[in-house]
Amino acid sequence: MTQIDAKRGLDTVAERPTRPAGAVDFGALPVVRSKHWVRWILGALVVFVVAQLVWTLFTNAGYGWPTVAKYFFSDAILRGLGMTLTLTVVAGAIGFAIGSLLALMRLSKSPLLNAFAWSFIWFFRSVPLLVQILVWFNLGYLYPTIGLGIPFTTDYFVEAQTVTLVSAFAAAVLGLSLNQAAYSAEIIRGGILSVDAGQLEAAAALGIPQARRITRIILPQAARSIIPNAFNEIIGLLKGTSIISVIALAELFYVSQVIYNRNQQVIPLLLVAVLWYMILTTVLSIAQFYVERYYSRGSARVLPPTPIQRAKAWISVQWNRLEDEPSKKAEASA
Amino acid sequence: MTITLEKQGHVEIRDVSKSYNGVEVLSGVSLTLEPGEVVTILGPSGSGKSTLLRTINHLETVDGGWVAIDGELIGYEHRHGKLYELKERKVLRRRTQVGMVFQSFNLFPHLTAIENIVEAPIALKRLNRADARELALGLLEKVGLADKADSYPRQLSGGQQQRVAIARALALQPKVLLFDEPTSALDPELVGEVLDVIRELAGLGTTLVIVTHEIGFAREVSDRVVFIDRGVVLEQGSPAEVLGAPQHPRTREFLATVL
Repeated sequence: MTQIDAKRGLDTVAERPTRPAGAVDFGALPVVRSKHWVRWILGALVVFVVAQLVWTLFTNAGYGWPTVAKYFFSDAILRGLGMTLTLTVVAGAIGFAIGSLLALMRLSKSPLLNAFAWSFIWFFRSVPLLVQILVWFNLGYLYPTIGLGIPFTTDYFVEAQTVTLVSAFAAAVLGLSLNQAAYSAEIIRGGILSVDAGQLEAAAALGIPQARRITRIILPQAARSIIPNAFNEIIGLLKGTSIISVIALAELFYVSQVIYNRNQQVIPLLLVAVLWYMILTTVLSIAQFYVERYYSRGSARVLPPTPIQRAKAWISVQWNRLEDEPSKKAEASA
Repeated sequence: MTITLEKQGHVEIRDVSKSYNGVEVLSGVSLTLEPGEVVTILGPSGSGKSTLLRTINHLETVDGGWVAIDGELIGYEHRHGKLYELKERKVLRRRTQVGMVFQSFNLFPHLTAIENIVEAPIALKRLNRADARELALGLLEKVGLADKADSYPRQLSGGQQQRVAIARALALQPKVLLFDEPTSALDPELVGEVLDVIRELAGLGTTLVIVTHEIGFAREVSDRVVFIDRGVVLEQGSPAEVLGAPQHPRTREFLATVL
């Protein structure tokens, strides 16, 4: 810091114009930056705490890193991971599809559709997800058989046992996707409401058909406010699948539980699950950045640079500085 | 390519009335616009002039009366002595005979200038993508923005955005063009460029209906000026008559405040 200040002083001494005695040329004076003592102290404190934690990561044998490494890519864990991903993708897709429909129903002029969608959202947001999943899994107690027949009678053409129809996987998908539908409906509705009414009017005035108005004009604009919340939801869903362990479906968390119940390595196996969740969340967060960037076209005059572009720019700045430095020094001494 | 505008666009507005929550905005307005005529609607704010404009393309439904373009009712169909409400699809088809330019431009911000223009012709399957682009480039040139085809609306000035919006409205080759205060949202120095474009459209055969506060411009381009207040047409005639020698005291009052 002081070096630069000194240099600044040197550089400007040469250019300083002759002035009448007594007058001060403020532009030529070196600038002393103010010092942020509190910021420095708190910063040091934070560095200390983090360093201490990192140190325990390496020294505390309880973490059991060798065990973590042993199980991280084990078949059982990878199969569980596959199930977690399947549940996330399937429940996410169904959830957002139903959610879009519910959002449109909520915005429709039909009071009946509106009331239905409102009640759906109200119900699935009211009942805890854990309870929903248990109810779906135990639906057989309530409706022993499910069939197609004459409405409001028990004369069936086709009939099946609920227990065979609603497997653990089906119960998981039903619970997660219907719950997801209720939340995503509100997110999508909020996004649509955030689009200026003039947009719909302009599209209508141009005679653009209704379906295309929604898909081509409204949703791409609504996406800007939907995307951040939607990624929140998907990440929540990804980790939320761990709740499925209550019905003994072999997803990531359940599998690690089974393993640590057998070998008593609780923390290492929880770490395996946690690290996988962190990796998947990281991938989703990166995807979010690029998806958001795509939908922000037109809203900013210039798109923000991607991290890679930013890194390239930083490197080129540093490189130029390195190349300039020796020549400047030469000038200063001359 | 040349843009041909058909010499059609006879607009019949008959006894149109409209209320919002019990407040009457239009009360029995009747107006006939000849094909190719340039009509300016003047009136104080809240007089119902924008609402009247919006009934012409059925963005606003009417409570009573009717609007017809070249003998076709807007929003309804006349069969066996009854008026049937038109299905969405037919409303849209009739609506494409009427172009509209909004006060706040309402360009689609996520689409470039040219994408804004080609959207409707492609959506309505009137043109394939290549022909639509050619038409759009011609229209952009017409409004003096050929070099801005790939700019997003945010990257354009207000005047440029409104010129793109006019090109977008022209892309369907409407019989009638509605302008809802096209220069009210613009900085003063940008008003001229938009008025220049509208001036060029006058006399090309399209019926133009312009709601504006630019009295000087109204005097210059209009075949007829209509003064409307509290949902009623108080006075209409040539610019010289209505602006030069207004008969109704409210017209005189209004002109005194804006001139």
